Amino acid sequence: MKAKVLKKELLSPGVYRFDVEAPRIAKKTQPGQFIILRANEEGERIPLTVADFDREKGIITIIFQVVGASTELLATLGEGDEILDFVGPLGQKSEIEPGLGTVVCIGGGIGVAPVYPIARGMKEAGNKVISIMGARSKDILIMEKEMRAISDETIVTTDDGSYGIKGFVTTALTQLVERGEKINLVYAIGPVVMMKSVVEATRPLGLKTIVSLNPVMVDGTGMCGGCRVQVGNETKFACVDGPEFDGHLVDFEGLRARQGMFREMEAEEKEHICRIGLGRGA
Amino acid sequence: MMAISLTKHPMPEQDPKVRAHNFNEVALGYDEETAVAEAERCLTCKVPQCRKGCPVGIDIPSFIAKIKTRDFDGAISTIKESNALPAVCGRVCPQENQCEKYCVLGKKGESVGIGRLERFVADREMAQNKEIVPIEYAPDAQKVAVIGAGPAGLSCAGDLARKGYRVTIFEALHTAGGVLSYGIPEFRLPKDGIVKKEIANLEKLGVKIEVDCVVGQLYTVDELMEEEGFDAVFVGTGAGLPHFMNIPGENLNGVYSANEFLTRCNLMKAYRFPEYATPLRVGKNVAVVGGGNVAMDAARTALRLGAEHVYIVYRRGEEELPARKEEVHHAKEEGIDFQLLNNPVEVMDDGKGWVRALKCIRMELGEPDESGRRSPKAVAGSEFELPVDTVVMAIGQGPNPIVASTTPGMDTNKRGNIIADEETGATTKPGVFAGGDIVTGAATVILAMGAGKKAAAAIDEYLKKKRGA
Repeated sequence: MKAKVLKKELLSPGVYRFDVEAPRIAKKTQPGQFIILRANEEGERIPLTVADFDREKGIITIIFQVVGASTELLATLGEGDEILDFVGPLGQKSEIEPGLGTVVCIGGGIGVAPVYPIARGMKEAGNKVISIMGARSKDILIMEKEMRAISDETIVTTDDGSYGIKGFVTTALTQLVERGEKINLVYAIGPVVMMKSVVEATRPLGLKTIVSLNPVMVDGTGMCGGCRVQVGNETKFACVDGPEFDGHLVDFEGLRARQGMFREMEAEEKEHICRIGLGRGA
Repeated sequence: MMAISLTKHPMPEQDPKVRAHNFNEVALGYDEETAVAEAERCLTCKVPQCRKGCPVGIDIPSFIAKIKTRDFDGAISTIKESNALPAVCGRVCPQENQCEKYCVLGKKGESVGIGRLERFVADREMAQNKEIVPIEYAPDAQKVAVIGAGPAGLSCAGDLARKGYRVTIFEALHTAGGVLSYGIPEFRLPKDGIVKKEIANLEKLGVKIEVDCVVGQLYTVDELMEEEGFDAVFVGTGAGLPHFMNIPGENLNGVYSANEFLTRCNLMKAYRFPEYATPLRVGKNVAVVGGGNVAMDAARTALRLGAEHVYIVYRRGEEELPARKEEVHHAKEEGIDFQLLNNPVEVMDDGKGWVRALKCIRMELGEPDESGRRSPKAVAGSEFELPVDTVVMAIGQGPNPIVASTTPGMDTNKRGNIIADEETGATTKPGVFAGGDIVTGAATVILAMGAGKKAAAAIDEYLKKKRGA
């Protein structure tokens, strides 16, 4: 259905937050689920994990980074504009329950957005939540205030050391382990390479680690199979079986390769458009 | 009396060399004179056999008789009594296995071109853009929810609306039509010209269609009945879960399910990339695995998207190809290379995560199996590599589990298909009916439409009882 952008905010360069009017979807959305949107008739179907939902106000919040033609188009929408198609909720919800103990919620880059409702849910269920937020540098860190508000402890890492701990999210995770924090569950959402390094860090500790995957997909209902990913000995469809999986079983190399399936083609097109002068400046 | 021709009037078609590079419709349709001449081949049998081959029971002898007298409006009215989507069925029905199979003329020569005649009158009517009179609903009209706007759902909805029920179709994708929109290519079934118009006509009639609604997620079936006020539900969610072969290398880049390949092209219009933003990488050499209509569609689509060489890889022989003869013929005319009696065993990696080749093994046919088809056996040591950079798996699909898994009381079989009565579509859950591929497994458009129609009749009976009529 169509959905109106109620609020638009630039969080960091190229990263936008939209509050979208979608009362029916908000009513049903649970942490961990995603939506698919199509900005206009010519647009791609883009899957985005829900960054927040407000059932009373009927709002779904999405956060996205401009990475290609379709997200670029999405970013041109302003407050009051309508997204042509907004579908959800999709995928399985996170398994949030009381009594899990200490849950470390790790968000890398804009991966903080999807980890936020999970962390909040974990906290509301009575678990201890330690959040680790990683960014390349301070100026592109998002949702710090929100994360601090719902976490028992929040740790920020930056690659360049401009804020918080200098290093990666795994640096902070290792420090937690070293200080003797008893961790029961880790959630890690972010770029594939980040999720992979978290999983490699927790594997020797036997520490259960859930990751949320965002592979290439079209319909989001199991129909196209484009989002298939190797999990243990099985091929799973991220859209209906996931998007969350046991990180220790995910074939990240395969996932990364598949995410690049159309990259070259889109890059060629972009370059072509630039050369013929139809780019953003034109 | 003039001797009756033993062959159908040929269907005008685009030249194979030209059409292999465009997405325009292949078959161009009869003109009026040809249609009347073809109708005149009908012997007007005293006991017509054709009708029993039609899954929706169109009064074929009557509509053909009307074409003979140039009463084209009458002919389309007759068809529409039984079939909500004649322009679609005239194109994609496997008539040779249905109505035309029973035509007496077929014993000595070719049957009457019933499908071509259906298409002619349907297209003619569509071109007139006739006004559709909306149904006037009674204030207390009962409400029916139809899940899935594919052939089963559309035909069920059309019939129910005409019986006076308020029908809302919930569709998961952003466009109604199901396989008519995402699966069957433009060159066989034009989207704007045919599918959208047929669906728009249903909407004008009074059927409400809500796209972007994934039932099972946004609403459950129980919620539709208990909270949204629907008195009955029809589930026609289709065969929406692609099968893969489970061979090594199947997750490499360049391997698609036929669903993904065709959806990108048909629904997302990747053939008009970059005007439409969805990409579809086709490569130079493409292997399509499978021998059904979907495989033919994928192969011919690949060709039109610019592939230089397109193979069909099928493990049985020519006789066993499940695709319509006409589709196989069209594919061959366009230059598709049929690699029959070959079965893929591995998709080979180019070392960078992309497809380099499809390794196959030669097969030979043994004894007929339960399905009556001769079962293929691998010839030991006969492996070879087909050099391709794209592989499309068109080996069938299973039922989509989203609705069934969220509907307690509606039982499925071990394959995940919804268990429904063959005649009524009634499921094990009262008030919930089902039909089409979600019940039977992947089949044809017209069988799904037939199931939708039967269910509509059964829903009518059910709701009559419910309201005490």
